[in-house]
Amino acid sequence: MDCILEMRNTSKRFGEVEALRSVDFAVERNEVVGLLGDNGAGKSTLIKIVTGYYQPDSGEIYFNQEKVEGLSVARARQLGIETVYQERALADLQTLWRNIFMGRELTTRLGFLDVRAMKRETQKLMVESMGFTSSAVASDAVVRTFSGGEKQGVAIVRALHFDAELIILDEPTMGLSLAETRKLLDFVRGIKKAGKSCIFIDHNVFHVYSVADRVVVLDRGAVAGEFSTKDITLDQLMDKMYRVAQTGSLD
Amino acid sequence: MTSRVEDHAGAITRRQLRQASVARFARRYGLQIGILCVFLAIWVLFIVGAPTTFLSPQIYAAYMSTIPFFAVVALPLTMAVIAGETDLCFPSIMAVGMVVFVAIFKPTGNVVLAFFVCLLAGFLAGLLNGIIVVKVGIPSLVTTIGTQFFWRGVVLVVTNARGTSLVPLRGTILQKALVGRLAGYVPAQMIWAIVVGVLVWVLLNRHKFGAHVYLIGDNVDSARLMGVNVDRTRMMVFAIVGLAAAFGGVLSSLEVSYLWVTVGEGQLLRTLAAVFLGGTSVFGGTGTILGTFIGCFIIGTIEAGTVAIGLTGFWIQLIYGLIIIISVSMHSVLSRRLA
Repeated sequence: MDCILEMRNTSKRFGEVEALRSVDFAVERNEVVGLLGDNGAGKSTLIKIVTGYYQPDSGEIYFNQEKVEGLSVARARQLGIETVYQERALADLQTLWRNIFMGRELTTRLGFLDVRAMKRETQKLMVESMGFTSSAVASDAVVRTFSGGEKQGVAIVRALHFDAELIILDEPTMGLSLAETRKLLDFVRGIKKAGKSCIFIDHNVFHVYSVADRVVVLDRGAVAGEFSTKDITLDQLMDKMYRVAQTGSLD
Repeated sequence: MTSRVEDHAGAITRRQLRQASVARFARRYGLQIGILCVFLAIWVLFIVGAPTTFLSPQIYAAYMSTIPFFAVVALPLTMAVIAGETDLCFPSIMAVGMVVFVAIFKPTGNVVLAFFVCLLAGFLAGLLNGIIVVKVGIPSLVTTIGTQFFWRGVVLVVTNARGTSLVPLRGTILQKALVGRLAGYVPAQMIWAIVVGVLVWVLLNRHKFGAHVYLIGDNVDSARLMGVNVDRTRMMVFAIVGLAAAFGGVLSSLEVSYLWVTVGEGQLLRTLAAVFLGGTSVFGGTGTILGTFIGCFIIGTIEAGTVAIGLTGFWIQLIYGLIIIISVSMHSVLSRRLA
């Protein structure tokens, strides 16, 4: 199996709460994995470990079959892991180009910003990758003035720009309109076509089922089951999700 | 026919584009233009009220000699406020730096060495604020109230509350370079205030450090998620304010050739007022160096101006208060309108 990411035996607790209990989780190369589960199932904790934001209490992480120790946010981004967070991790009062290059500014060796290059790159990204033609979306515009969909688009373009190998989408459809959601799902299919991998987290089973190759169901900090979307119908999946929520077991 | 329709559509797009860019311009520079207008209004008022004073060059020489003492701190302090922090400790660091200066100068007689060790002391005292805020996790308002008392106390205990004459420093290179008079008129400290302003502007707007300062003040969680080294940046901001405070202490002590152990007292509120007058948001994430620079001049001109137009000194605080409230309200309204 050609895994781009593999987590073995990962556990994490916050005080009394066991957020993750010995979770094994893997993403194959060029695979879209849907991560499903109720509130508090541990989806976000799992993701924040992959992105280096949380350190796991125990367990091993392999990226491209190589073991990674002490993963930090900067290291994860270097490895090609990019995340679009549900909080829409944008700085609202800053300009678009500052948001696109947040934490990874183009600089000279002494750390001075190459403002012109960043603005040019931003403008190009907006037109080419997102097809934004609205006059409000300029590289100098302040992000606060954007619509919800436009903001989500910015977060996604930011993830794409840096040659990500693995793109993580954490509840990306939250607060999006119907048209915006469809555009987003198309975008996930685009990731697959481009040969990259993706972890797609959402409450909405329909959205996940329509784009994922494989679905992993988390429940109360443990993996309750996984299915290939080829082998299961949407009805069966919903049935199982419902049973997990009720009883904590799939059958 | 079709081509006319297209022309029409094209014209609308162009107009919309122009409107959008006008709106962007207003958003970007609105607050700075606003505060500049306030400054000019006050200035015109003073010229009309006291033409003999405000049309002669002496008053401007006086302004240029006193405003830099707090301007060199207000400019970097803007950076701290943009990062969502506050610093009330700098008046005491001004005194600490000077005590260190004298302690090095007396035995060695080396002014340059004394100057740089003094700046280092200010840097370290500021860094300590940063460490307490970031590593211990105490809000900066509380931390710097504590360290403000502590460092002033250290100064009083070490010096026995006695000042030191700095007359031996007169005529040294350092004294001439920092507080001398260019062409017998322009105080050198004014040049230094401009230098500090330019340095801080470059750091804030054209360097990674400043980019991170804005991001931290705006949305600290997203900055962290995007891999910004939040802790180090926040600590450095306090250290830079400390460094600037020590510099301000040297300027104001050398100007009067005496180390008062109370140096810096009375600068706290006017320095903070200059930052907020300049349109820097107390909530962090926005603020400009030019705004603070103008804010310093507004604060600096009111005192002498009030007396010159014939009001008694009792009016000064009332006018300070009025101008601060009016300007900050203007910023608040403008930033909502321009959003």
